Amino acid sequence: MATVVAEPRVMHPSFLTVFVAILRRDITVTFREFPAFLAQVILQPLFMLFVFGRVLADLGFTRAGYAAQLFPGIVALTIAITGLQAVAFPLVIEFSFTKEIEDRLLAPIPTALVGLEKIVFAAIRSLIAGLVMFPVGFLVLGSIPFDLGRLWILVAFFILGSLAGGAMGLTLGTLTPFNRINIMFAIVLTPIIFTGCTQYPWPSLSKLPWFQVVTLFNPITYVSEGIRSALLPRGPHMPTWIAAALLIVALVGFSYVGITGFRRRAID
Amino acid sequence: MAPVVVDELVKRYPKRPVNAVDGVSFHVERGEVFGLLGPNGAGKTTTVGVLTTRVRPTSGRGMVSGVDVVRDPVAARRRIGVVPQRSNLDRALSARQNLLFHAAYHGISAEMRRERAAALLAEFGLADRADDKVDFYSGGQSQRVMIARALMHEPDVLFLDEPTTGLDPQARLFVWDRIRDLRGRGVTMILTTHDMDEATQLCRRVGIMDRGKILALDTPDALTATVPGKNTLEVGIHSDGVDRPTFIELLAAVPGVERVEPVSQAPSGPLRLRLYVASDAPLMVAPVARVVSDAGGTLQELAIGKPSLEDVFIHLTGRALR
Repeated sequence: MATVVAEPRVMHPSFLTVFVAILRRDITVTFREFPAFLAQVILQPLFMLFVFGRVLADLGFTRAGYAAQLFPGIVALTIAITGLQAVAFPLVIEFSFTKEIEDRLLAPIPTALVGLEKIVFAAIRSLIAGLVMFPVGFLVLGSIPFDLGRLWILVAFFILGSLAGGAMGLTLGTLTPFNRINIMFAIVLTPIIFTGCTQYPWPSLSKLPWFQVVTLFNPITYVSEGIRSALLPRGPHMPTWIAAALLIVALVGFSYVGITGFRRRAID
Repeated sequence: MAPVVVDELVKRYPKRPVNAVDGVSFHVERGEVFGLLGPNGAGKTTTVGVLTTRVRPTSGRGMVSGVDVVRDPVAARRRIGVVPQRSNLDRALSARQNLLFHAAYHGISAEMRRERAAALLAEFGLADRADDKVDFYSGGQSQRVMIARALMHEPDVLFLDEPTTGLDPQARLFVWDRIRDLRGRGVTMILTTHDMDEATQLCRRVGIMDRGKILALDTPDALTATVPGKNTLEVGIHSDGVDRPTFIELLAAVPGVERVEPVSQAPSGPLRLRLYVASDAPLMVAPVARVVSDAGGTLQELAIGKPSLEDVFIHLTGRALR
């Protein structure tokens, strides 16, 4: 016989204990499918680096040094998009179709923290994806820019960019109804991939002022510029502190909207 | 204090003309199995949603184990177990992992988690498939995993939302047996159902719900006693061209018959009627048969029955449960 007792004995786990247990569930599932996760993360940036950084250069369509400009942008894009996709797509399905998330919504913890866990989990995936880009970049491009003295800037933008990607994913995932999932991702993903100053440094857009303004609305721009500043300080990039400040604004804003949306989806 | 107290609960969804839950009040005693019986859309699931902290009420109060579910949802979640209508198992995990993670979310130690999971998996007949992904489970198996999962943190009150809807008869009986076991061990349960058998078999008291309101609340026996006529007689009449309403009128006029209701509306086939009778139903067979044949019909089917919760529902609303 199982040990079900009539006498109530209530457990009082701390919020941190519950939060860690929920995080552990997500990490368990991700790492069990680690090769699939890596393929998901690596392929797109790998081809971007190969075509834009290697093929076009070898064919003489880009100037020398472009690959070094491109690499920090691709790292930033990988971080942000990995975080976004780690939350947005699964969340829409969990809320609408599998209802898997319900057991976690019934865990003894404020609902907002279940939403926050999604951001933190996405950030962990993003950090791994960002790190993997260094060996990938080295293999594809032959050499990658690096500045040990500015490692702390790199770490800071890795963390901020990862969290921002997760927060953007939470926002998108909670605002998208199940039947709109395809169209939503098509409408959102493609523009943010190409307006995030990934393939070009922001200051160089001064020749195209209207587009320079457009890119300011994409948080990935600040991740790209920050990582450019860390890896390639002498190349053109937005002032580091401005990129950091605006990225923090985006992170706070998207976290707020995302967690609010999450609570609205979780509680009728 | 009663483990569940619901007081004047109202839930109104935006842009809906009527309240989904419209002033519901009840309480559940410790160790009691309490049923909410009603058709789909009656407000049962919404009521349970409020008590399980997933629906915010428009007004009114819900208390679980002395905790206000609106003011302190986290404390309420520590005390409740929930088995939803549709599987919401974690498909990326095995049955055992579903149980283990659930217990971890509730702060149960690793050693205790493993012990309880093993015991519950055995009890629910899941031990041999415990490490398979739940994606491959049948409806009945998923239901058992969900009940086992809900018991992992030894909740004060267990909520079962339509626990056997969509299950095959064998799986249904297994789930009923498990619920009876839990009842025997004194677990307080609220179950919603649109199945009157389920309510009669499992519940000590039943609240009959329709359109957001509880219409009647009592033990199944007491509820059926409220239906006029202690017994019923179901007849199938071949009407031979005689007007159907005529039979209803004639039979309603037979002394001892309190009320006549058509059972099925099928235009062809025999006319099926349910007669509520005040005296012993067997004694009414002869007079009823005589009236039918005098009117030119033929009595083809005859069944004697006691009123069920379905009859109570029909009596209260004028409609069938499904």
